[in-house]
Amino acid sequence: MAESRVPHSNLPPPASTVGVVGWLRRNLFSSPLNVILTLLAVYLLFVALPPLLRWAFLDASWDGDNRDACRPGGACWVFIRVHFDQFMYGFYPDGQRWRVNAAVLLLILGAAPLFVRAVSSKFKIRLGLGLLIAYPLIAFILLKGGMTGLPVVDTSQWGGLLLTLVIAGVGMTAALPLGVLLALGRRSRLPAIQTLCVTFIELWRGVPLITVLFMSSVMLPLFLPAGMNFDKLLRALIGVTLFQAAYMAEVVRGGLQAIPKGQFEAAAALGLGYWKTMGLIVLPQALKLVIPGIVNTFIALFKDTSLVLIIGLFDLMNIVHNATTNPAWLGFSTEGYIFAAVVYWLFCFGMSRYSQNLEKHLHTGHKR
Amino acid sequence: MTEPIPTPVKPPFWNDPQVRAIVFQAIALVATVAFGLYIFDNTQANLRRLGIASGFGFLSSPSGFDIIQSLIPYSATSSYGRVFWVALLNTLLVSALGVVLATLLGFVIGVARLSRNWLISRLALAYIETFRNIPLLLQIFFWYFAVLRAMPAPRQSLSLGETVFLNIRGLYLPAPEIQTGFGWVLAAFGIAAVLTTLLARWARRRQRATGQQFPILSVALALLLGLPLLTFWLAGSPLAWQVPELQGFNFRGGWVIIPEMASLLLALTIYTATFIAEIVRAGIQAVSHGQTEASLSLGLTSSLTLRLIILPQALRVIIPPLTNQYLNLTKNSSLAAAIGYPDLVSAFAGTVLNQTGQAIECIAITMAVYLTISLLISLMMNWYNRRVALVER
Repeated sequence: MAESRVPHSNLPPPASTVGVVGWLRRNLFSSPLNVILTLLAVYLLFVALPPLLRWAFLDASWDGDNRDACRPGGACWVFIRVHFDQFMYGFYPDGQRWRVNAAVLLLILGAAPLFVRAVSSKFKIRLGLGLLIAYPLIAFILLKGGMTGLPVVDTSQWGGLLLTLVIAGVGMTAALPLGVLLALGRRSRLPAIQTLCVTFIELWRGVPLITVLFMSSVMLPLFLPAGMNFDKLLRALIGVTLFQAAYMAEVVRGGLQAIPKGQFEAAAALGLGYWKTMGLIVLPQALKLVIPGIVNTFIALFKDTSLVLIIGLFDLMNIVHNATTNPAWLGFSTEGYIFAAVVYWLFCFGMSRYSQNLEKHLHTGHKR
Repeated sequence: MTEPIPTPVKPPFWNDPQVRAIVFQAIALVATVAFGLYIFDNTQANLRRLGIASGFGFLSSPSGFDIIQSLIPYSATSSYGRVFWVALLNTLLVSALGVVLATLLGFVIGVARLSRNWLISRLALAYIETFRNIPLLLQIFFWYFAVLRAMPAPRQSLSLGETVFLNIRGLYLPAPEIQTGFGWVLAAFGIAAVLTTLLARWARRRQRATGQQFPILSVALALLLGLPLLTFWLAGSPLAWQVPELQGFNFRGGWVIIPEMASLLLALTIYTATFIAEIVRAGIQAVSHGQTEASLSLGLTSSLTLRLIILPQALRVIIPPLTNQYLNLTKNSSLAAAIGYPDLVSAFAGTVLNQTGQAIECIAITMAVYLTISLLISLMMNWYNRRVALVER
């Protein structure tokens, strides 16, 4: 009779490959080179982090209302606290700042349903379009005043984060449709339209934004009939929008080119005209494909708003810079720039995270 | 019964696609031309009203201002045309240095991002996510106003071994001073370069014919470094270092990197490197792991795998977006205007424009230069891209 074999019961994995030890061995000490790199990185962190944390938090001064409240050796966040309202609203008159808050609150309340998954997409589209048309009008009346009995606040008094958000918001909402139109024009079969669009796009993409802003401040007055003049903010808005629209057009073109020809042919076979083909069949697919590119352009636009400093607008960047040159608060430029950097960072990082989220949500299984 | 086929009715002419196409294009063209004429007309009227003579005559009149950094001889009596060349060279200098440094840093960070070492890849990620999301202008301001302008005065300079000094006036480096006999070293380098080229050609031909390999890399390095070093030693070390020295209130001698240039370069490098790192990471990840496995199973060593299999394929993905970043860096160097580094926008489209009032000419020249640089770089990269592009059968 054959000897029966009983398999040994499963052994647990070696202690060195599981748990904390296993993780450390796998991820930090897998080869001599990695051991050296890990030790080097730990040493660098050990040297750099504690003094930084001590400067920014432990030794920092938080309370007070003048520079005497600041202890040497630590960050002086009092500087930010004192200037905080200015950084947010610029030179917007003190008593009128509730209007800015109201405009922001209105936008948050109005746009909130757009970010809730449970809301039906039909309602979202209606709400979105409604907001797109109505909100800029309401916000403009609220911020500028003049009509409804509110005192007029000139755009030269707008500033700080408010101005940054106004430029970024207007730029984004205007650059996307303009970019789509330019991209369609570039892909058009009509030679004249195509040439015009290609020239426009390449011209704007070939020059730095700063020269565009320069142009809008020194050449626009020459282009307009004598006596007619634009608001400085409007000039910046036009410059930023046209500039980013050219970049947007190239992003959208990438999406248009990725749509197979069969889609166009199927739409034509169904008897759809050009605008219906584009609006119902091609663009919804193309735009979905290029969401990362569109958001990247938005992020670039948001960062580029800081350039309006060149033509003398007091956006967040410029107002912080201005505060650091205030004779009563000299020597706190590090704190000021770090604060501005954190604000910009939050917005940009938030946008990129949201786009990743959106991409995952809209992804319908075509991804290879 | 067969029904008679209805003859197609010709649509009314306003629904005919061909007619429509012509009409739309005509409208677009007429509108563009009319807009152009309107602007031209207004400009003419405005120029007449302001008494500005258009034309490029102003380029030959003396400028009357100094420039803090110039690669070619320049003084306040030089012409505005000279200012243009000085400014252009400054732009090109900071862009070229930025491109080199950002590429190096970007490749290191991009590879670190893919490292199997958890700590290293996390640090690389933190670096990328931090600096990518902060406006470049803010970074330039930080380095300029918060760091370099906060440096001590020349007398209290920070120094590194009494040869390199850092103070509010800039970074002072020792400058090499060429003495007689240095020509021999250059000649030796030239000879080594020619020899290396010939050797590489011979080695490739021999490998094709016989399959025997030749350690070309180490021999080439030995030739290129050894021959000039040998000549350098034989010629009696014809190179002296001029160390900057404190005289009175400032340093004399040596090379100085002005704080404007240093902060611009630092910010451009750090900012652009984040984008290059992401491009490099994506490029390497685009090469499928099967390629590595196939190469290793063919018996290639891991360094050969990297050099012959992964890098050529990754570069194909990396090059086009990398070009874009180089272009962006060149265009972003115009932010110099905000801190007063005398680049094209700052010195030419800024100072010259303000002095002469020739807005249209100055802006047009500046934009034309940037357009030309953009077109040249993209032409060059397109050519390179065609060479390395995948040839599919």
